Amino acid sequence: MSLLRLALQGDRGGTILLGGLLLVTVLVPICALIVPEGSPLHLSGYAVTLIGKFLAYGLLALSLDLVWGYAGLLSLGHGAFFALGGYAMGMYLMRQIGDRGVYGHPVLPDFMVFLDWQELPWFWHGFEYFPWAMAAALLVPGVLAGVLGWFAFRSRVSGVYFSIITQAVTYALALAFYMNELGFGGNNGLTDFKDILGASLSAPSTRVALCVATALALAMSYIVIRMLLVSRFGEVLIAARDADGRVRFLGYRAHHFKLMAFVLSAMVAGLAGALFVPQVGIINPREFEPLSSIEIVIWVAVGGRASLHGAVFGAIIVNLLKTWFTAQMPDQWLFLLGALFVLATLYLPRGLVGLRMARKRALAA
Amino acid sequence: MPIADRARMFINTCTWVRITFLALHLLLSLAPRAALAGTEGGTDAWVDAIRRLADRSLRERQAALESLVRSGDERVLVLLAALEEGRVVETPEGLVIRAADGASIDVVSMQPVAKAAEGRKFTLNNHMRTLIADGLVMARVAGGDRAARLQALEAMLAQPPASVPPLLIALLESETDGAIRRALRAVIALSDLGSGDPDRQLAAITVLADRMQPQVHNRLSALAADAAADARVRAAAEAALRALDSRRQVNAVLETVYFGLGLGAVLALCAIGLAITFGVMGVINMAHGEMMMLGAYATFVVQQTMPGALEYSLLIALPAAFLLAALTGLAIEWLVVSRLYGRPLETLLATFGLSLILQQGVRSAFGATNRAVSSPAWMSGSFSPIDGLDLTWGRLYVIIFSLVVFVVLSLILSRTGLGLQIRAVAQNRQMARALGVPARRVDAMTFALGSGIAGLAGVALSQLTNVGPNLGQAYIVDAFMVVVFGGVGSLWGTLVAGFSLGMLTKFLEPSVGAVLGKVLVLLGIVVFIQRYPRGLFPMRGRSVEA
Repeated sequence: MSLLRLALQGDRGGTILLGGLLLVTVLVPICALIVPEGSPLHLSGYAVTLIGKFLAYGLLALSLDLVWGYAGLLSLGHGAFFALGGYAMGMYLMRQIGDRGVYGHPVLPDFMVFLDWQELPWFWHGFEYFPWAMAAALLVPGVLAGVLGWFAFRSRVSGVYFSIITQAVTYALALAFYMNELGFGGNNGLTDFKDILGASLSAPSTRVALCVATALALAMSYIVIRMLLVSRFGEVLIAARDADGRVRFLGYRAHHFKLMAFVLSAMVAGLAGALFVPQVGIINPREFEPLSSIEIVIWVAVGGRASLHGAVFGAIIVNLLKTWFTAQMPDQWLFLLGALFVLATLYLPRGLVGLRMARKRALAA
Repeated sequence: MPIADRARMFINTCTWVRITFLALHLLLSLAPRAALAGTEGGTDAWVDAIRRLADRSLRERQAALESLVRSGDERVLVLLAALEEGRVVETPEGLVIRAADGASIDVVSMQPVAKAAEGRKFTLNNHMRTLIADGLVMARVAGGDRAARLQALEAMLAQPPASVPPLLIALLESETDGAIRRALRAVIALSDLGSGDPDRQLAAITVLADRMQPQVHNRLSALAADAAADARVRAAAEAALRALDSRRQVNAVLETVYFGLGLGAVLALCAIGLAITFGVMGVINMAHGEMMMLGAYATFVVQQTMPGALEYSLLIALPAAFLLAALTGLAIEWLVVSRLYGRPLETLLATFGLSLILQQGVRSAFGATNRAVSSPAWMSGSFSPIDGLDLTWGRLYVIIFSLVVFVVLSLILSRTGLGLQIRAVAQNRQMARALGVPARRVDAMTFALGSGIAGLAGVALSQLTNVGPNLGQAYIVDAFMVVVFGGVGSLWGTLVAGFSLGMLTKFLEPSVGAVLGKVLVLLGIVVFIQRYPRGLFPMRGRSVEA
């Protein structure tokens, strides 16, 4: 408990974030379910899903900030962990469809019937159970990150090399998941979900529950990561980021710390994917593409690298912009996104959070 | 060549292609073939044959036409072409060829006649029509430019005559061109295969044993399976088939090697520019792919602005693409990269942002769809160094081009003042500056050079793939892989890595498919880099990472 107090002491941004999340968990159910439609305070199903989606992105940004901000590892493949978690959840949701698919097959998902497959591939077994799917959503990204990180950090692959490797991995996974033969629906991915844990996905109460679950997951992850970072583990991790050689010479196995951070981060990203998919109703290989991963980086960069709440706010702000821009002037969005990259790196080295801190410092001076 | 000139006077606009061909043929097939089939004292035989052609008896006419076709006389071509087009008229004074404008030419003398005599059209029966068609094919084989003759022989190979035309044998005796001799012997042998005479068939099989054409394979398998054929012949055909199959396998391997070299050249070309900026400056340029895209679009624009000069457009596109990409690179360096030195991850992000802007800019200017860039004639088509191995010219040019770029770049780095400065800054920036090297300017020049080379790669890519806004994105990951695999800072390593990865990909493709092959190669490199983080050819030095 003392660690928790230590974690949140003086963390004004974090307190604001957690307060906001508490507000979401209280207000979203009230506004969406109790406030009658037509009232200006009523939240539509679309808005609830949008909030849930942004919170899932916030969780993803949080996971990336753990490795980029605090371990100095710029992962250009975090979208892969997110997508793997999403696919695990998607597989569970596919199995829940049962015989309600277009082809009405009792076991096989539609795309397998379409491909004329006779039986379920071995890796699809077990995904009819929710705990199994959730475990896969956390463990598959975790194991991938573990294997990748184990070899990379032991050989002291760092900096841009690490970035390029992670990008290559997510690119390779994108190519693989686009193939029909792999058994994950190819181009179209997994979609047409019906229900989760027996509750219909289109029901407002399910949407609210998912949104609240995402908010809680984000709050929990924030607290856990924050606690981890103020602990001795976090101190060594940050020290290894700033002076890898010195930490090693002091007798710490720096690569173990990096590996743990990377694996934890991948698992949080997987969790974000698992929460994201039932809300948006689809997962396809586009999430694996390098561009998707690099967009996560820009959320963190805009919000503020090495600031956990900054990463979450960055994800929400950039995605708000994206939602607005792609609706208003879709052609201009990439210009703006590109400009965000350039301006954030040139003029906001510590993101929007850094801006606030700089003003505070100026006021104090 | 008076005859050709006179023939040209009668050119009917619709048939100018044919006549030009004939004229060309006549120009090239000179005396040696004039008295080919033993028509001694050509003129007399000609006059005689023409006289017989005008005979009342149809049988005599057919015989005359046959002897004319066999004679190999160059005037026969003009006559045959005129006959085929129905322009030969029988007049009381003899046969006359009539042109569209009403002018006439006397067949016997091949001289124009002033007064056009009245007459009726020379009528043909089916047998004569076949004779004329065969005669024209034979004439194309006998004379004309080399490519046309080979093409005519290729056509004959697809439908070999049932019995060997004596003209072909006579041609074979006098022919000196190796390729044409080979093709002639193949046609003759293929006709002999159907002769039923075991000795001739055996001889034919020996000739055909190294011919890779599918027709040869088909005919030999038919013969090997033919129960009525002589046992020796069938055994020989089977042996020849086995030999052909093993050669075909060798060819398949050679072809894969060629494809691998082609892909390797593309990869090396894409990566060499990156090897400069990344390897020498330590700057990650994520917009490198977009520099290639700009080069490809420069090619497109050059072709659009000068539609008449397609053959030379690439020669203009190369400097244009280099300049465009180099200037864009210079601007990027000045505006963004130079402010982020020593912060490689930030540079990566900023240049990635620029790549998005460039992509969207091109999409706004040229549209999201792919644009068609055409290849000049000298780059399309294929050549076969070995029988049955067809290699496209385009790939060969890309391979040569990538090697040229590599050599020129190596020379720039090793022989010029700029190269010396670039190497000095790469090895020790502080020391170089202390010695008076303007490091900032060298950085800018290096970045412009690397970007310009990406532009050149874009010209090459425009000849191989679709030119669209996503062109660069498709290659950027591969290009980074090549650089890292080869060893950052080593140009030579980049070249070797590019070619070996291209080769590996193409050899994996047949067994696991294109996509999975690529995935395996990517994952293989990831594992390799984790084991050997400094690549195939690590740069030796004393620098220690901070």
